Amino acid sequence: MEYFKLFIRAAFVDNMIFAFFFGMCSYLAVSKTVKTAVGLGMAVIFVLTVTVPVNWLLDTYVLQEGALSWLGPEYASYDLSFLSFIMFIAVIASIVQLVEMIVEKFSPALYGALGIFLPLIAVNCAILGGALFMQQKQFGDIAEATTYGLGSGFGWFIAVVLIAAIREKIRYSHIPAPLRGVGMAFLITGLMGLAFLGFLGFNI
Amino acid sequence: MAEVKEKEPLFSKKNKRLITDPLNDNNPVTIQVLGICSALAVTVQLDNAIVMSIAVMAVLVIGNVVVSLLRSFIPPRIRIIVQLVIVASLVIIVDIVLKAFVYDVSKQLSVFVGLIITNCIIMGRLEAFAMGNKPWASALDGVGNGLGYGFVLIVVAICKELFGSGSLTIPGFDKFQFIAEGSGYLHNGLMLLPPSSLVLVAVYIWIQKTRNKKLIEEH
Repeated sequence: MEYFKLFIRAAFVDNMIFAFFFGMCSYLAVSKTVKTAVGLGMAVIFVLTVTVPVNWLLDTYVLQEGALSWLGPEYASYDLSFLSFIMFIAVIASIVQLVEMIVEKFSPALYGALGIFLPLIAVNCAILGGALFMQQKQFGDIAEATTYGLGSGFGWFIAVVLIAAIREKIRYSHIPAPLRGVGMAFLITGLMGLAFLGFLGFNI
Repeated sequence: MAEVKEKEPLFSKKNKRLITDPLNDNNPVTIQVLGICSALAVTVQLDNAIVMSIAVMAVLVIGNVVVSLLRSFIPPRIRIIVQLVIVASLVIIVDIVLKAFVYDVSKQLSVFVGLIITNCIIMGRLEAFAMGNKPWASALDGVGNGLGYGFVLIVVAICKELFGSGSLTIPGFDKFQFIAEGSGYLHNGLMLLPPSSLVLVAVYIWIQKTRNKKLIEEH
């Protein structure tokens, strides 16, 4: 039950896009059709679910103050947290590369669907943002971190698929010329963000 | 006979365009659509926006110069990783400097300082400009895009803070409270919430594209 709450909170209340604007660049770039949006959304869920727990392990056993104490008492005073940015981004970039190779080897069909999106993900703020929030929230165990990663990825997926569906339909309507394209996408995201604010008072 | 190559003046017409273009017709936020995440999230108070723009501009200029100096040594296959490492080290320095000098603002910016690493403006400019141009031109491009980013950020932040809480905060000064609580104007709390920055940027794009019809897209 605890994990379910965490999942719902990460996916809806603290939605990556509507509450923090994480991954807006790729969100605006791929939301022209539902098909590409689903592809990138799936890839984000997948990568977040893998990288958040790995970064949690790294943070807990290497980077935090006193995290190195498992090596021996003389290491207990080290605090490597200033290295976290560079370590997180290195982990994310290499995992994305690894995932790409594994998927290509074992599931060519999935690779065909996700292929071009995977390299893009290394520089998606949602992934690094997930890792940094994980560090800030100080989760107690790896299952919590995994649930958080899954939930945030799911929230991102929902947001990008919803906007893509709206943008597909809005192509046929009469919009003031200067607002076409990006301007309208911003406006719609703003309205959807207002709707998602309704989850804010939720106490689960 | 030795060929005398005419030296390009430091601020030639071409170089000036590198600075002025991103402010207007090629704005990184509203036209290139890069770096939106941080542009929208740190605009609740003016001082956050100013500090964030300076931080991004510093990383962008130094990163552009470093990548431009190294551009012939970076193997093309691993250039993204090399760029990420350069940017990440710069961001660590910026983070430490911010914590030392403007601790309050750095606390409010929280994870967004770290997210400068994946700010698309930086990766985009490194990839599109610094990899193929000389250091001085890259530095100017960095300054220009940094200013363009900062300009949008500051406009949005002024609207949000002024209408949302009736005040303006400038780093190094006290908070200016223009509209006190109960003076006839009710503070619009909606302006402080995340969705309003999206709407403000949309309005900004609307005005910009109305003034310059060339920028209008076909859906």
